[in-house]
Amino acid sequence: MSEINATLSAQNGGVTGADAGSRYHVREHHPEHGTMLGFWIYLMSDCLIFASLFATYAVLGRNYAGGPSGAELFNLPLVGLNTAFLLVSSITFGFAMISAQSKNLGRAQLWLAVTGILGACFLGLEMYEFVELIHEGAGPSRSSFLTAFFSLVGTHGLHVLFGIVWLVTLMFQLARHGLSVENLRRMACLSLFWHFLDVVWIFVFTFVYLMGTLP
Amino acid sequence: MSEHHNHGHDDHGHGHHDAHAVHYSLKDYSIGFALAVILTVIPFWLVMGNILDPSMTRFVIMGFAGVQVVVHMIYFLHMNSKSEGGWNMMALILTIVLLGIVLSGSIWVMYHMNANMMPGMGDAAAVTSHGTHDMP
Repeated sequence: MSEINATLSAQNGGVTGADAGSRYHVREHHPEHGTMLGFWIYLMSDCLIFASLFATYAVLGRNYAGGPSGAELFNLPLVGLNTAFLLVSSITFGFAMISAQSKNLGRAQLWLAVTGILGACFLGLEMYEFVELIHEGAGPSRSSFLTAFFSLVGTHGLHVLFGIVWLVTLMFQLARHGLSVENLRRMACLSLFWHFLDVVWIFVFTFVYLMGTLP
Repeated sequence: MSEHHNHGHDDHGHGHHDAHAVHYSLKDYSIGFALAVILTVIPFWLVMGNILDPSMTRFVIMGFAGVQVVVHMIYFLHMNSKSEGGWNMMALILTIVLLGIVLSGSIWVMYHMNANMMPGMGDAAAVTSHGTHDMP
């Protein structure tokens, strides 16, 4: 609204408008939250990818082909620990955002580093779980249940991996350019991405692990 | 990203730049985290301790997952009907509709296909016979 008014007044200014135009930069203005809305729409499309993987799991998740079932394979304490890593990394990312908001670069970097380490712990534990499963002969080719399981959980793990790559890149950019407007916008996007992965994990631990363990 | 700070830094930010930007507060994150922990621990406890009978447990943990997603949306993803002038919420609602169609549609279709194809499938039926009657 204010933008439109500014444009109008700049045009009405006509002869004397050049000065006002350069002062307000209305035409060249980057849309305020275009990036955030666009990123949100990307996340929603990602949501649909996960929805199809969940649908696949719902359809195939109990077809064991005579192989092991979820109840025999899943190690709930391990999953609980993994959930804790991801959940704590959510709040540490929150601390990073709060520190960035109060212009404390050092503390923001520290909390980002903690978040990255927690994310790496999560991935490490998941890799350990996958390797164990494949070792026991319960690899992705064993049954359609395991194919669906590895696709779904593996896709989530890949997202976490890319989140960590992004996080490290962002830490370098923060070190070089400080808490600039651009960097703050990038942090806000990564924050959405990271919390979104946590939301997907809620469904993973509920529908895959907990329900898979139930008879 | 609060309003008072960015006057000096950039010549294109004129106050309104951050007019509806998210305000990250410790209080929000703490409330969200506390709720998330409670909503995570209870389902794990229910399943690992065999507190209720399985079908009841299934129902209850689904409820907890739903509530936890809403908690994360509000306290971590800072969703509200006003963010991005409401477009955020629009995109979310559209996604939920599509999600509902994709999920309920494929589960419904596949359940019926499995059930209808069972008799004539010969060996393949034996392979899938584990699953079909367990379908949700």
